[in-house]
Amino acid sequence: MDWLHWLFYVGVILGAVPVMVMAFIWLERRGLGRLQLRPGPNRAGPFGILQPVADAIKVLTKEDIVPVAGDHWVHFVAPLVVFAPAMLVFTVIPFQEDGGLVRGLVPDLNIGILYIVAVSSISTIGVFMAAWGSNNKYSLISAFRSMAQVVSYEIPLALAILGVVLAAGTMSLTGIVQAQAVPFIVMQPLGFIIFFIAATAELNRTPFDLMEAESEMVAGYHIEYSGMKFALFYLAEYAYTVGISAIAATLFLGGWKAPWGVGPQVGVLWLVVKILLVFMVILWIRGTFPRVRVDQLMGFAWKFLFPLSLINIFIIAAESLAWPGLPWWLLFPNTAIALVLVVVWSGLFRLGGGRVQV
Amino acid sequence: MDLQAVAFYVLAAMLVVSALAVVLIPNVFRAGLFLVLAFFAVAGLFITLGADFLGAVQILVYVGAIGVLLLLAIMLTRDVHHGSPGNRLWLPASVLGALLLGAVSWSLLNTTWADKAAEMPVPATAALGASVFDLQNGFILPLEIGALALLAVVIGAIVLVGEKK
Repeated sequence: MDWLHWLFYVGVILGAVPVMVMAFIWLERRGLGRLQLRPGPNRAGPFGILQPVADAIKVLTKEDIVPVAGDHWVHFVAPLVVFAPAMLVFTVIPFQEDGGLVRGLVPDLNIGILYIVAVSSISTIGVFMAAWGSNNKYSLISAFRSMAQVVSYEIPLALAILGVVLAAGTMSLTGIVQAQAVPFIVMQPLGFIIFFIAATAELNRTPFDLMEAESEMVAGYHIEYSGMKFALFYLAEYAYTVGISAIAATLFLGGWKAPWGVGPQVGVLWLVVKILLVFMVILWIRGTFPRVRVDQLMGFAWKFLFPLSLINIFIIAAESLAWPGLPWWLLFPNTAIALVLVVVWSGLFRLGGGRVQV
Repeated sequence: MDLQAVAFYVLAAMLVVSALAVVLIPNVFRAGLFLVLAFFAVAGLFITLGADFLGAVQILVYVGAIGVLLLLAIMLTRDVHHGSPGNRLWLPASVLGALLLGAVSWSLLNTTWADKAAEMPVPATAALGASVFDLQNGFILPLEIGALALLAVVIGAIVLVGEKK
């Protein structure tokens, strides 16, 4: 690895991710407006496209308020601990086939996906630090909820990723993309469903945004933050959403590959299109579903996602023993199994219905 | 001095400083945060040694799981701001600690290390997996025993905290 490569890609990631995040914030606010039959931000610039810029300037010039009774150092460091892992996720996303002009920072890292899972687990500590440093009961409750949620949903998330690793035979993201002659979303539909739901929960987005439930706890763990520090939390949240979309696109949608090999062979273009696709589905879910309750949240993770992810691992392991290389026609039995399991398992239990079941 | 040595000294200094901070800082929550930093530095040391898998698992398990549980436990205790007050056990504790440090340092310095016996495979992850799951000389049985023990622990936890019917 030469120095130029590192310098260039660190610059690209530090520059491109915030720009992408600003674009996605605009897209989300406009799209959500469409879904909720209202215009959304439409004053700053054509179609309100300058709204994120205006927001950034507003946030930069705001007063930075630090709670007197809080822990000042912890309060100061917390946004950085949340923000840094969000950027680190992008270092291993491959942009293009080897030999191309643009490839990514370290796309061939042999523990790529394990690195992503490990790095993204750090930000929970940042959430705790924010809650503790603020010395506010709402932020503390929010951090406790976040902890329970992240710990529960990390298990099905990791098990769904394990299915992909098992089928690809490697943890390197480049290797995983190369192994997808047929995208894994078709080969392992059950794994994709589990991954997508668990990832939405990890991101604390609707319908799993209990830690930021406005009607219950005002704003969540960053309630005592303002100005640039709040902007870092906001930026990290969207950077994670873009990051998860990129991971989903890489693991399940074939990453940089053009679908069926047709179209321009520009890897970055297809990756961005696929990221956009996943992001739009996340946005669609946010505009459609109501927030779940705490007991429903836990029941869903442990009674639905967890057993299904174990069954998913078992099926893929058995298939890769019986048919090494996993031929493409396995997509038919896998789709059928996924459909039957999801339908049958949803009928097995009720998530409390109208009453709270603890 | 090459880059790897620089990285080692930076990480080692970080580890020693944060480990000292864990013991010396009275505020328990900050001490817990420094412990997490120490775990992080250990992961960095593993990675400089070429044990990338171990480094990632160190971050995943110690920073992401044990560190979070530790902070949660601290937040559930009372009077964190008063910190851990001194008590009469500080003298025996420091004597024991000094003895342990001496014993470890002595044995480290007086062991003849068989380094470079075999060339280290880089990256090590595939080789690690192959040696653990090797059918003849592997460690499948200990691994399965460990898994069974963990299952027993999980069931025990459910029995302990479950509702009394």
